[in-house]
Amino acid sequence: MERRKFLKIAGAGSSGILLPLQGIQVCAEQLLNEGMHSSQKRHLADVVLNTARKAGASYTDVRIGRYLNQYVMTRETNVEDIVNTESLGAGIRVIANGTWGFAATNDLTADGVARAARQAVAVAKANAKYQTEPVRLAPVKGVGEVSWQTPIQKNALQVPISEKVEFLMEVNNSALEAGASYIQSALYLVNEQKYFASSDGSYIDQDIHRLWAPLQVTAVDKKSGAFKTRNGLSDPVGRGYEYLAGHEKDKIRGQTTLYKASYDMAEDAVLAAEQAKAKLSAKSIEPGKYDLVLEPSHLCLTIHESVGHPLELDRVLGYEANYAGTSFATLDKWRSGKFQYGSDKVTLFADKVQPGSLGAVAYDDEGVKTKRWDLVKDGILVNYQATRDQVHMIDQKESLGCSYGDSWSSVQFQRMPNVSLAPGEKKYSAKDMIGDVEKGIYIVGRGSYSIDQQRYNFQFGGQLFYEIKNGEIVGQVEDVAYQSNTQGFWNSCSAICDSSDYRLGGTFFDGKGQPSQVSAVSHGCSTTRFDKINVINTKRKIS
Amino acid sequence: MAILSRSEAKRILDKVLKYSRADEASAQLAGSETGNIRYARNSVSTSGIVNDIELAVEARFGKKSGVATINEFSDASLEKVMRRAEELAKLSPENPEAMPMLGPQKYVSVDGFAKSTADITPDQRAKAAADSIIAAKEKKVVAAGYLEDERSFAAVATSKGLFGYHASTSANFTVTMRTENGLGSGWAESDVTDFGAMNTGSTSSVAIDKAVLSQEARALEPGKYTVILEPNAVSGLVGYMMSGFDARSADEGRSFMSKKGGGNRTGEKMFDKRVHFYSDPTNLDVPAQPWTDNDFMRLQRTDWVKDGVVKNLVRDRYWAEQSKGEVVPEPNNLIMVGGDKTTEALIKNTRRGILVTRTWYIRMVDPQSMLLTGLTRDGTFYIENGKIKYPVKNFRFNESPVIMLNNIEDMGIPQRVSMWDMSAMIPALKVRDFTFSSLSDAV
Repeated sequence: MERRKFLKIAGAGSSGILLPLQGIQVCAEQLLNEGMHSSQKRHLADVVLNTARKAGASYTDVRIGRYLNQYVMTRETNVEDIVNTESLGAGIRVIANGTWGFAATNDLTADGVARAARQAVAVAKANAKYQTEPVRLAPVKGVGEVSWQTPIQKNALQVPISEKVEFLMEVNNSALEAGASYIQSALYLVNEQKYFASSDGSYIDQDIHRLWAPLQVTAVDKKSGAFKTRNGLSDPVGRGYEYLAGHEKDKIRGQTTLYKASYDMAEDAVLAAEQAKAKLSAKSIEPGKYDLVLEPSHLCLTIHESVGHPLELDRVLGYEANYAGTSFATLDKWRSGKFQYGSDKVTLFADKVQPGSLGAVAYDDEGVKTKRWDLVKDGILVNYQATRDQVHMIDQKESLGCSYGDSWSSVQFQRMPNVSLAPGEKKYSAKDMIGDVEKGIYIVGRGSYSIDQQRYNFQFGGQLFYEIKNGEIVGQVEDVAYQSNTQGFWNSCSAICDSSDYRLGGTFFDGKGQPSQVSAVSHGCSTTRFDKINVINTKRKIS
Repeated sequence: MAILSRSEAKRILDKVLKYSRADEASAQLAGSETGNIRYARNSVSTSGIVNDIELAVEARFGKKSGVATINEFSDASLEKVMRRAEELAKLSPENPEAMPMLGPQKYVSVDGFAKSTADITPDQRAKAAADSIIAAKEKKVVAAGYLEDERSFAAVATSKGLFGYHASTSANFTVTMRTENGLGSGWAESDVTDFGAMNTGSTSSVAIDKAVLSQEARALEPGKYTVILEPNAVSGLVGYMMSGFDARSADEGRSFMSKKGGGNRTGEKMFDKRVHFYSDPTNLDVPAQPWTDNDFMRLQRTDWVKDGVVKNLVRDRYWAEQSKGEVVPEPNNLIMVGGDKTTEALIKNTRRGILVTRTWYIRMVDPQSMLLTGLTRDGTFYIENGKIKYPVKNFRFNESPVIMLNNIEDMGIPQRVSMWDMSAMIPALKVRDFTFSSLSDAV
């Protein structure tokens, strides 16, 4: 078993960020090793399934996982750190005496996994003494031997480190030439090689790839002592290295360049430098009510916080009460069939199938085929996110496929799938939307975010703010944050752009549970309008 | 196996360093055994034990560095990990900021290991949870809690003769109690070195009382209020601020610690004269590893703010050389000097104010002014004429800890709290003009 580790990286001018890190550090070449053959994994899985059954388990699943991470971090003309990690082991979950038990081991021999299987059954039997309600598992039909891979064109781990360093140096130099005072850039690459087997008769081999290429530019005005930052406008993706090709067809030109299926990091770094400098002299916002036009790289996080989290069934039921909190979206509201989560324009759906998304897999971590379903339909709350042992609590017979464990050594539990806002049906562009606003702000990119433990009250910032007057953008503004209440906010949604504007944003390290586990999840949407939202001015003087 | 003695650890470190062919090499051995138990809805949900031991080796050729890790310690494995670190170093780009490895250091002696925590059993963990759940059921509230205990060691060595060994224990317990009607919520924490000093039942009682008292909260208008922030409410804001006590970002002009025209604000009086922050690995309340994780710099007592004046900012060896400043290593604990009053005494001396149990979901809004936003949670009460009058709805705040620490009215007795990845001693603070910007319906 292994201790959870964190890599501390410096944030510009403020607090450090702790990046989760699992496994032991290895050389980059080791990440390219084939790993265990699937026939070997099948053999180990059968040892686990048989041992657990004989020990008294009525259900068993095993995840034999190889988790590879590569982080390349730079600032200005320096490489700050290169970290390659590999973590390999098996996590075994059983039901015995109606109770869950879990054990994990990195001893991937037949004896090693058999020992862990017996341990898991022993844990279940011990915990059964305190169990008040036996586990009820929604049925899943075994699928036999299947495999799936994230549809990537270029495995990022196969790209030499030197090429990645060169790439980031070019990005940094572009920003410095464009007048950035400082730049930090990084590549975070993740590959989960996950073999799942269960006593239902499934043997599922999945190869999952994710990539994130964040940057942050700082502009400093030494004379006034002021400084401003602008973060990159890419989003983490379930794609390969091809995401960094920055094809023209994937660019949306407007106030700044926005990106769809690929990202031009060097171009964004130049724009970031120019825009960070422009922020230094931008007008400070007059607080008040504004119509907000929220661009997808910004709105994705608002969806994550105000829709994704409150509709996690374990939160609703109280299992996360001591950490992340509970939820305002209680079962009685859902049961009424009338709870107006948003305006009738709002349909929010969950899925783990959208190509390029962080959540995309063929099967979840308890062998359930992934799918798409509605959470909010035409404004009404209609469903939650749930796992096999939860769906009976919402009167459903089939799991929604939301199980995920961030490592072989972490027990899988309910995690957020992709949660997205359905695009508008009528042809309507972001430009059309801005043209229809009299007094508003167009917000691009994700900034500061905070929401209460039941997901009512939130405050969001952004990266770029443009004031709209009488249908025209009149200039960049600063010191903007909006505050709202989830239900009020989604009911103020008055227009959504069409599917040609739809794109995925996401978050790479979403934390939940005790001990905390991370997961990565995407949120799709088109540019969307929210009317008369309270905007505050965040400028303060401290001396 | 996870916890090695000083001599066992030294033997492994000496051996691995002997295999080095690099210009310089260092090795860091860390092991821990962590146990946990989690419960919710008055029932245990998960429990586990995690053992881990790992050796990280760094090899240097000039300014090129490579790190490799391993968790087995046969002679062949030790040689292999060193070779791999050396190969990685040769392939790495030069790090212009690399500093030479350190020679022998005189680390202070720290007593941070308690036998009661080291010997904790699964039964004790289960009882700790049961004590909390039983207390909850008696008062008809719903408990959700988490206990995590750890015994660990770290040993470090370099090819230049440095060696250090440190063993420690810790246990952290948090619990949230909610009334069955969902209208009341209370929270409490116990963070200790010695598990024998932890009583999950009495900590749970604090949370239960807050849950029961916080039902049917009234709405007050947002605005500026005198507040009594309990230690866990203070730590959320102070933790953010102290992580910005960094000389490099200040000198670079991108921190609230930057000085207009260049340089940083060391020596300036930025806070109320009673504000005193320091770190000291030997502090008996929050003992800490006496060296830095990165380069094994020796830690000793360091003042960050004294008499309201900024005394030191963290400055690593590279930046010290560049800026011709003194090296100030990053600390492993934090102590804020407080007063001698209990929270009850602070309430008694308050004509009108708001008592805040804890702060939650704190995020940076503007690093220039260290403006933070976040919310109150799990027990917020209105105080009038020295007494708690009634519970109030939670607030969102938009406030800078720099402003907060200029508006201090009074200070309580410091208590141990967890802050980021370390422990800290933080007092309750009575502060005037604390800015609440909106109301939250969350319970």
